[in-house]
Amino acid sequence: MTTPSAKSNKAVLPLEKYRVADFTTVAAGPLLGSILADFGAEVIKIESRVRIDAMRMGPENLEKHPDKDPAFLHANRNKLGITLNFEKPEAISLAKRLIAVSDVVVENFSPRVMPKWGLDYASLRKTKPDIIMVSLSACGQAGPLKDVVAYGPTLSSLSGIDSLVGYEGDRPLGTQGFYTDWNSPIHGVLAVLMALWHREQTGIGQYIDAAQWQATVSCLPEAVMDYTMNGRVARPRGNSQPGFAPHNVYPCQEEDKWVSVCVKTDLEWERLRGAMGHPPWTDDPRFANQLGRWKNRVEIDKAIARWTANYTHHDLTTLLQSHGVAAMAFLDSSERLFDPHLEDRQVYTEVTHPLMGDYIIGGIPWKLSGTPGQIRRASPLMGQHNSYVFGNILGLSPQEISRLEKEQVIY
Amino acid sequence: MNQANRNVHTSKVRAAEVRTESRTLPLSGIKVIELGNFISAPYCGKLLADSGADVIKIERPGSGDESRSYGPFPQDIPDLEKSGLFLYLNTSKRGVTLNLDSHTGRALFHKLLANADVLIENCQPEQYDKWELNYDCLSQVNPRLVVTSISPYGRSGPYQRYRAYHHNACALGGVFTMGDPEREPLTLPLFQGHFQGGIHGAVGTMMALFARQITNEGQHVDIAEADIWAGYFSAVGIQAYVYADRIRKRAGHRTKGFYYPLCILPCKDGYISEVAVLGTQWKSFLELIGRGQVPEWYQNDPRFQDRVMSSIDFADELDRKQSPWLMQYTKEEIFAMCRERRIPFAPVYTIDEVVNHVHLKEYGYFVDITHPKTGPLKYPGAPFRFSETPMRSSRAPLLGEHNHEVYCNQLGLSKEDLVRLTQAGVV
Repeated sequence: MTTPSAKSNKAVLPLEKYRVADFTTVAAGPLLGSILADFGAEVIKIESRVRIDAMRMGPENLEKHPDKDPAFLHANRNKLGITLNFEKPEAISLAKRLIAVSDVVVENFSPRVMPKWGLDYASLRKTKPDIIMVSLSACGQAGPLKDVVAYGPTLSSLSGIDSLVGYEGDRPLGTQGFYTDWNSPIHGVLAVLMALWHREQTGIGQYIDAAQWQATVSCLPEAVMDYTMNGRVARPRGNSQPGFAPHNVYPCQEEDKWVSVCVKTDLEWERLRGAMGHPPWTDDPRFANQLGRWKNRVEIDKAIARWTANYTHHDLTTLLQSHGVAAMAFLDSSERLFDPHLEDRQVYTEVTHPLMGDYIIGGIPWKLSGTPGQIRRASPLMGQHNSYVFGNILGLSPQEISRLEKEQVIY
Repeated sequence: MNQANRNVHTSKVRAAEVRTESRTLPLSGIKVIELGNFISAPYCGKLLADSGADVIKIERPGSGDESRSYGPFPQDIPDLEKSGLFLYLNTSKRGVTLNLDSHTGRALFHKLLANADVLIENCQPEQYDKWELNYDCLSQVNPRLVVTSISPYGRSGPYQRYRAYHHNACALGGVFTMGDPEREPLTLPLFQGHFQGGIHGAVGTMMALFARQITNEGQHVDIAEADIWAGYFSAVGIQAYVYADRIRKRAGHRTKGFYYPLCILPCKDGYISEVAVLGTQWKSFLELIGRGQVPEWYQNDPRFQDRVMSSIDFADELDRKQSPWLMQYTKEEIFAMCRERRIPFAPVYTIDEVVNHVHLKEYGYFVDITHPKTGPLKYPGAPFRFSETPMRSSRAPLLGEHNHEVYCNQLGLSKEDLVRLTQAGVV
């Protein structure tokens, strides 16, 4: 069951006239292509049985079957899939032929790989002068660390963002996720769309260097500028946010359930007081203004926590919202799936996969009223579209394809 | 030339320079009106402006965008023209002041929209209603207008009118997965949700512009920060819950349930981040700390052979075993040894180390921008690099800097009209 398109009579997909040759592997790189595919581009994922994409064999894949990995399904939905074994020279010329009829090339190998195969930008320009190529990398295509082996956590730490996560005055605990990994491809998508737009106006293609380190630091300007202006080095500060107090998550009745409460103005503080029933401790003159509440935030947090512990996180959210306080329960995976707002926003959706059946994946977080994105197909099985791509797009005969399969070129 | 005229002259010259340069930039010719406050809509506008779009930023007369009051400020002296966050987020834009609470103000706003390709907005729900920013209304002003809305919960759904700040969207989106299991959960630092709203907003805007090439119509692009956290960042977590009954919980300086190590550990002069997706990488590190071979305490212990189980049951012990070696070396020494052996460990850099890093210096990532009020300052640079059409950041506008250029030169108001409107608090 694929998701119906939201409120639109048009079947138009914004990127329907573009074709993308997608060489990416593992977690973040493939997301770039899937976003282009969600909005209509024909994205052809190029893989090989010689070296199966680690994402096809991730920890969630309990059967260890390369066509049954849930994360792979999410990050490669809407794509077509072919196999090409670049240890064989013929595979390289086939790749070039595909690129000659494509608009965009996406890759996230370490910088030596594409040049080794003769698929670097300078070479590809000879095949297709207006090709747009984007390389997603850890640290960029230039500089002393350009060849560093890195995953999301490596980049989180290099970028400085990990040093900002922790309790006030305490050691850095790090983001513990792959935030920087996910932040990189979304910036890469923007770069590709801008380059495509530019090419539509001018006919000129170009090369895009999309580095994870740089994309992350671009989201930390407050910390950067405080250092470049004042020499101050930002440290972890828990959930505190300058300009707000109280501002934290508070424990609820159930075990390990929390509600995020954010109070900025004196008016919002009055509303919170009202919701709490004006307990005497809130009459303390130290808390009457924003400066006082900031200075005494630790004490205030403790007092609020004593009150919130009487409520479930859902009840507390409802109560505080009814008093006009910015509050929201922290929802874990089990709860997000059933939250009525997230459901209404179609944040999660289902796709039908030939082997996995109906399976949950992330939805499309851009709500376009006129031409919404669509989940049109599941992620490809290994080599699922070999016959379509090599036969229909590149015009090879079935006998040719057969020979190439036997010789492990299409493999 | 008196000061007022000098400002006009300077801004005319600067605008002309901007327009000449922008012919070589990807989005030159695209006209954007930004009704943005603080971070999300302004970051979206910045990405478009630095890529050549003509972005007119509308600010409230008097105090302007809230980020002008946020800082950081040079020497901690607050000044509406010297806030680091504002200066960074609003590069390459033209700035006008306009009060949309007045009918006259809204009429001028509509005039601006009539000639624009895109409106970006991140207004509070009350303003969104009062100023009639819904798409049905605005599409009547300009049927080709793309309207990009960025908000914590979106412009639809049961929570669309909930009071919400940045952390509330993080909570709904489920990203309080950091911190100590014994203490309150933490989320991503500073305002990552707003930045994600901005970048996703820019992507959605571009999608809508491509669509318009086909349909010749605008549309509404509705971006919610909670959607991004829940659907884009945390979809895999949902799969783990539905199919393997696993719910991610914070585990302090480490992540459980992935191959050990995935953690941050102290070393001689700071902290090291460890990750080893491939077994070969972990083996290389063991050989490094075992001075040429995998240490016996590891080889001979069957408990450690399953790295996922190790991350859950034996992580404390493994951390302790590694610690003596780590404490002998600095971050950079460990980093160098690991790079040599293709082990993906890295220092946990602090912001000063990032700004001063030789790699980013040679790459040329940071940029120096001179502003009439601050002089030259170093800013973060572009998040990606184009070979033919490099992005460039020119300085952020002073409050109302382009009022004359936009209202008089562009919209045809007389100088006297502009004075009247300013006196009336409309501009």
